[in-house]
Amino acid sequence: MRFVDEFRDPQAADALVKAIRRTVTRPWTLMEVCGGQTHSIVRFGIDQLLPGSLTLVHGPGCPVCVTPIEQIDRAIALARRSDVVLCSYGDMLRVPGSGTDMLAERAAGADVRIVYSPMDALAIAQKTPDKQVVFFAVGFETTAPPNAMAVFQARAMGVPNFSVLVSHVLVPPAIGAVLDDPDCLVNGFLAAGHVCTIMGCGEYEPIARERGVPIVVTGFEPVDILAGILRCVGMLESGEIGVANQYARMVRHEGNPSAQRLCAQVFETVDRKWRGLGSIPQSGWDLRDEYADYDAARRFGLLAMTADEPAECLSGLVLQGRLKPSDCPMFGTVCTPERPLGATMVSSEGACAAYFRYRRRTGVSE
Amino acid sequence: MSERNAGWSVCPIPISRYPRVVMAHGGGGRIMARLISDMFRAAFDNAELNQGHDGAVLDVGAHAVTGGRIAMTTDSYVVHPLRFPGSTIGAMAINGTANDLAMCCAEPRWLTTGFILEEGLAMETLWEMVCSMADAARIAGVHIVTGDTKVVEHGRGDGMYINTAGVGLVRPGADSRPQRVTPGDAVILSGDVGRHGMAVMTVREGLEFEAEITSDCAPVWPTVRAMIDAGIDIHCLRDATRGGLASAVVEIAETSGTSIHLTESAIEVQPQVAAACELLGFDPIYVANEGRFVAFVPAAQADAAVSAMADTLPGARPAVIGRVEACDPGMVALRSVIGGERIVDMLSGEQLPRIC
Ligand code: SF4
Repeated sequence: MRFVDEFRDPQAADALVKAIRRTVTRPWTLMEVCGGQTHSIVRFGIDQLLPGSLTLVHGPGCPVCVTPIEQIDRAIALARRSDVVLCSYGDMLRVPGSGTDMLAERAAGADVRIVYSPMDALAIAQKTPDKQVVFFAVGFETTAPPNAMAVFQARAMGVPNFSVLVSHVLVPPAIGAVLDDPDCLVNGFLAAGHVCTIMGCGEYEPIARERGVPIVVTGFEPVDILAGILRCVGMLESGEIGVANQYARMVRHEGNPSAQRLCAQVFETVDRKWRGLGSIPQSGWDLRDEYADYDAARRFGLLAMTADEPAECLSGLVLQGRLKPSDCPMFGTVCTPERPLGATMVSSEGACAAYFRYRRRTGVSE
Repeated sequence: MSERNAGWSVCPIPISRYPRVVMAHGGGGRIMARLISDMFRAAFDNAELNQGHDGAVLDVGAHAVTGGRIAMTTDSYVVHPLRFPGSTIGAMAINGTANDLAMCCAEPRWLTTGFILEEGLAMETLWEMVCSMADAARIAGVHIVTGDTKVVEHGRGDGMYINTAGVGLVRPGADSRPQRVTPGDAVILSGDVGRHGMAVMTVREGLEFEAEITSDCAPVWPTVRAMIDAGIDIHCLRDATRGGLASAVVEIAETSGTSIHLTESAIEVQPQVAAACELLGFDPIYVANEGRFVAFVPAAQADAAVSAMADTLPGARPAVIGRVEACDPGMVALRSVIGGERIVDMLSGEQLPRIC
């Protein structure tokens, strides 16, 4: 793109690549936690520019990928009801549930609408009082404040036909789960800047200290990611542990306290199942009892629904950085974006999708 | 024409008895005949249409430059909303089909149009779309020579759908089929990409950005003709409409059995388009255009082609964005702005807005 963008500037990127090459003296493995960063890395070919002794592995930070399969099934069950309008971010629509996905349901007549914010869904609820309007509230800490706001306002304004199907997940426990794995090879982490704009950097300090790893908060553009990598390998080479903020233009150390307060008022921390990873203690947010009336799973009696993930899908290993997507035996053969086995193959932040889209050789000469 | 309609800003609506489309407008009786004569024939007015026959008789031989070959194409237009910054469904229906002919190195001459109207469509809106078709046809130099009108019940259409088919006169000696793409060819893009799709998207979804994004919808034949007149040996042309630049280039690589290497930094994207794409998680090279195309020409003629194109495209910057190679048949690779390389493939479906 020919527009001037300092964070995609080839000279700045080149200077950082050279600095990384000068800094690295030993093999290191870094994990970028966030799927948005994974896509940037693969799309811009950032990993190809790094020295061979530096390995990037991709982490669990793709909210679409980790939403449990039964939660997709619940959304589909809701969408099938003739009295329900199901509102979702577009990205969720292709994610396979046990049998089908929401795009297929929409084609079969379900009222599934793509919205850009839960407030849009709330507005639809106000305009459509004869229907139940459900917003599929998935995401990390970044999308939680608007979801909390929508529920808060629905209660304040008394919008009885609005509810949310909540599947919020939290980044710090996911990093903890990656480190808990005895086979974990990760030496340092790049943490997702947009999550920290809300929650700040403080949450990562105990992890860094207790596990003895550097964690560098950074952004999504190539120059941000390269700067984050440079900082992280610098810390590794000098034996420094702790949290560094390489994204100070967006992230304040304390985050956004009023958004945090709003989330704390509406949500409570709960154990949460992650697709591919299983249950992680205290790793998600759910509506507090005061807001239970706005919980779609409770309102429509869906809590008992469970489902098993397809055993062939190795997305759990992919999400922990233990398997390169292209090394999954299903990749590109049985599992493609048209017929995905796992959510990581269809989410715009999924590692399998990134490899399929940007790395798969289409010609015969692989 | 009644008094009530005297104040329309575009041009006066010639039909006033029915403020909205009714089923009878497609019924084959007098009401339909009035619609055709007062609205379509009045707006599209040309000798072939005025023959008033079941079909139009076209005098291909009267055009000296034919060389005996005509090109033919058809396309249907279902865009919603009907108007968006920079264009309308009417202008798209003309330019889209005329541009498909231009991609065959054919001068677009004659178009047919089929309207599928939804009962209840405001006559004012229909007239606005008909006027924008007439304007676009005049600018593109094509005649709308015959047509058809059907009306579907309220709720069974999206206001209006338009189908156009077109016939163009192929320039003598020209051959722009993908099979002619050869290793060594330069890939030229006629201007910035991503505007049309994002213009429609922002209106449809009610998104607001600081600077308005306007569609690039425009006729491309003048640009193609300039290349032909400059003596460029055009190997292939492909418009970058649905699926965007990326899908167009992948199709060519697959059909021609070559591999195409693109340079991301050479692909122009307006800053507001880039920002909107970034926000929604879209890649601008997959976003639809309505006035952009890629040309494959011998590398030695690349500069001459770019300057011939630039003369016809005020405000646009045609540029060489890549080259054709023999290795990895069917593969498209792109060197990213920071120097990494990735594969470009067709998407499996439409791009869907991401979560955050
Ligand atoms: S390639 Fe498909 S099956 Fe393999 S891990 Fe990825 S999503 Fe699962």
